[in-house]
Amino acid sequence: MTLATVARSVAARAGNVWALPTLPLLGGGAATAVWGRRRAALQTVPAVNTLSSPSAALSETKRPAHDTADTFDALPPSVTLPLSTGPLSVGTAATGGTQQMNLFTAVNDALRIALETDESAVVFGEDVAFGGVFRCTQHLRDAFGPDRVFNTPLCEQGIAGFGIGLAASGVTAVAEIQFADYSLPAYDQLANEAAKFRYRSGGAYSAGLTVRMPCGAVGHGGLYHSQSPEALFCATPGLKVVMPRDPVRAKGLLLASIRDANPVIFMEPKALYRASVAPTPVEDYELPLGVAETVVPGRDVTLVGWGAQVHVLVAAAARAAAEDDISAEVLDLQTLCPWDVDAVVASVKRTGRLVVSHEAPLSGGLGGEVAATVAADAFLSLEAPVKRVCGWDTPFPLAHEKYYVPNVERCLEAIKDVVAF
Amino acid sequence: MLIVTVAGVRSKSRSAAAPAAEESSAPLRPLEETETYDLPAFKTHRMDLDSLPTSTTASGAQLQEYFESMYRMRRMETKADELYMTGHVRGFCHLYNGQEAVAVGVEAAVTYEDYLITAYRNHCQQLARGDTVEGVLSELTGRVTGCSGGKGGSMHLYKPENRYFGGNGIVGAQGPLGTGLAFAAKYGGTRNIAITMFGDGAANQGQIFEALNMAQLWRLPIIFMCENNRYGMGTSTARAAASGDFYTRGDYAAGLYIDGMNVLSVREGIAYAAERCRTGEGPVYVEMDTYRYKGHSISDQGTGYRTTDEVQSMKASRDPIDQVKTMLIDGGWATLQSLKGVERSLRKQVDAAVEFAKKAPEPPPEHLWKDVLSPSASGESVVRGTLVTTGGKVGTPL
Repeated sequence: MTLATVARSVAARAGNVWALPTLPLLGGGAATAVWGRRRAALQTVPAVNTLSSPSAALSETKRPAHDTADTFDALPPSVTLPLSTGPLSVGTAATGGTQQMNLFTAVNDALRIALETDESAVVFGEDVAFGGVFRCTQHLRDAFGPDRVFNTPLCEQGIAGFGIGLAASGVTAVAEIQFADYSLPAYDQLANEAAKFRYRSGGAYSAGLTVRMPCGAVGHGGLYHSQSPEALFCATPGLKVVMPRDPVRAKGLLLASIRDANPVIFMEPKALYRASVAPTPVEDYELPLGVAETVVPGRDVTLVGWGAQVHVLVAAAARAAAEDDISAEVLDLQTLCPWDVDAVVASVKRTGRLVVSHEAPLSGGLGGEVAATVAADAFLSLEAPVKRVCGWDTPFPLAHEKYYVPNVERCLEAIKDVVAF
Repeated sequence: MLIVTVAGVRSKSRSAAAPAAEESSAPLRPLEETETYDLPAFKTHRMDLDSLPTSTTASGAQLQEYFESMYRMRRMETKADELYMTGHVRGFCHLYNGQEAVAVGVEAAVTYEDYLITAYRNHCQQLARGDTVEGVLSELTGRVTGCSGGKGGSMHLYKPENRYFGGNGIVGAQGPLGTGLAFAAKYGGTRNIAITMFGDGAANQGQIFEALNMAQLWRLPIIFMCENNRYGMGTSTARAAASGDFYTRGDYAAGLYIDGMNVLSVREGIAYAAERCRTGEGPVYVEMDTYRYKGHSISDQGTGYRTTDEVQSMKASRDPIDQVKTMLIDGGWATLQSLKGVERSLRKQVDAAVEFAKKAPEPPPEHLWKDVLSPSASGESVVRGTLVTTGGKVGTPL
């Protein structure tokens, strides 16, 4: 039995585990055992989906899509995205319509399209040839061969540097860092080499690689499988930083990131890999980087978030409407660097209030940047001080995760505070 | 104990320092004629020593070219030192004096199709990869005429058309990058190789071992070239490295020790290692035994951690330029007099380049935010946070 068939059989068994009513976000013991090493903290504990979000709710009522996509009836023929630069429709009947995907199958689909449409594209990282710990690269090696989809040793600094050299030579390089927490050994290469190659060479070279990494809280990840280090990368000029909130955005944004000439840090909220399910266009499409999306329109307060936190804000907005008749507008930044200043400022000028929320710790988080920019650009429109609802300034806790994450209640309280100010 | 055989020294040879009175007025030997030279001993690790050459043939023209290249380099570095002292070069400046045979010998063994990447001591590689002294000194002095438009400075010289991936400011960062370049060469189905150069200090960096592991695992065509110039900044290898036999430190990878002060030895050793890479046998960890005459950078006088005697004796016994001069004179292709003429003309060229660099324009202020990200479709290169604005919005330039 080859390693590949082991991986496939494990995946098949894992599929059954994942189809159980309680939906483990990271798969069960059978799925994780084969990956060994660093995931000890993640194994065997079945996760409970703590997200109160429309897409999460959907995933609980329907079976995961990756093996049952063809059983869904009456999928919408296309998806319309209310981007700040104007609505965008993708997945029309002429281009194959939509198919039910979750976030990891959407990432997988985007990688497949990237490999199909660009013969120089290569995908590599720890265990990616076997599908990766979150299955994002499953079947890609079989489809594209071991020269284009391959495993690396466990060496994040080396992986990043290798990818930078590869990209600088003109190859489309897509690296996976197994967890965003492990991007810190690679941070030197990403911040000092990838981000600065174009600038220090006066445009002679660039390192337009894409580095995918799962990020964010997952219920039981503990200190080193839960962090959201996006602010580190946003504070590094020369990088772009992207975080999608669902399969539709993940696919379109990932394809745009891979095809962008700049180094892009693509952060995938791991809690959404299975929890977020949506009809996703089958076609090859890109969503523009640097453009925010209005997820929920509203009048009284602007809520800004990204990644999994958008779902928390949407739920908080619904509670605010139901309890206090507050009309909250939810904006998903999608691209965190460079972020869509125009969309946020325009929204705050209409609503007069801002709550910005992220899982990363409060201090030094991107929320502070959003708040400061709004204070400068929309000062006279503000009816209340900007509120930030973020992770606390502690290491990401294991036992205390539920107190750490900026949950619906904390967001709701901030909404009520700024409206009542 | 190192086995040092100064190539080309014949028993009856006149030394480079012979008095001018001995110069004859006999016609010089045609440059296309060749001579055979014994090579200093190589040392190998997981490679067959017997398959390496013990002698090589060089023509007068080749030696003349090596001499001119090395002399131009040394003169340029000397001028760079002066430019730093007079405030024309700012920031950092790491000089190559003493190590020229490495840059020149490597280029004699590979082509511009092969990738080259190195650390911050990178001025002379830029010359060897086809740039001009004007280009290098312009970059050092922060002029728009420099190879990076004045924005890279001393540590960041590049020559994309000749596959020179230039200088890296982080110690050891070029190890993984070079590995990526080697993968690209293999992935593209070419016979090209990559050479990643680093110092004896960087040889202790973890990422060198990460990169070497990948390279060996995937049999990538790459030479990990450790320029052992004896000191990592101010710390000698004896104080910093658990093993000073750098050519053995690739462990599972093949290793090769080369006398890096002898240009022919560098040429032959690298040619052998490169051919091994091209045939798919995987990486070679090369140790270039060389010596840095100057300090680590300008701020280091290079005297606090070694004796003046050590430096002087190295200059007197192993200087790479003197070795080639001796070969040229002994071979009858040149006389001290004729070489002095060549030196004079090279000095003039470098002096002109200094004046060029001093007078060249500085990059305009708006280049501050150029090349941070790729230009937009309209060709603009605008980045937030660099403009006088309200908050982060794009507005009027500073």
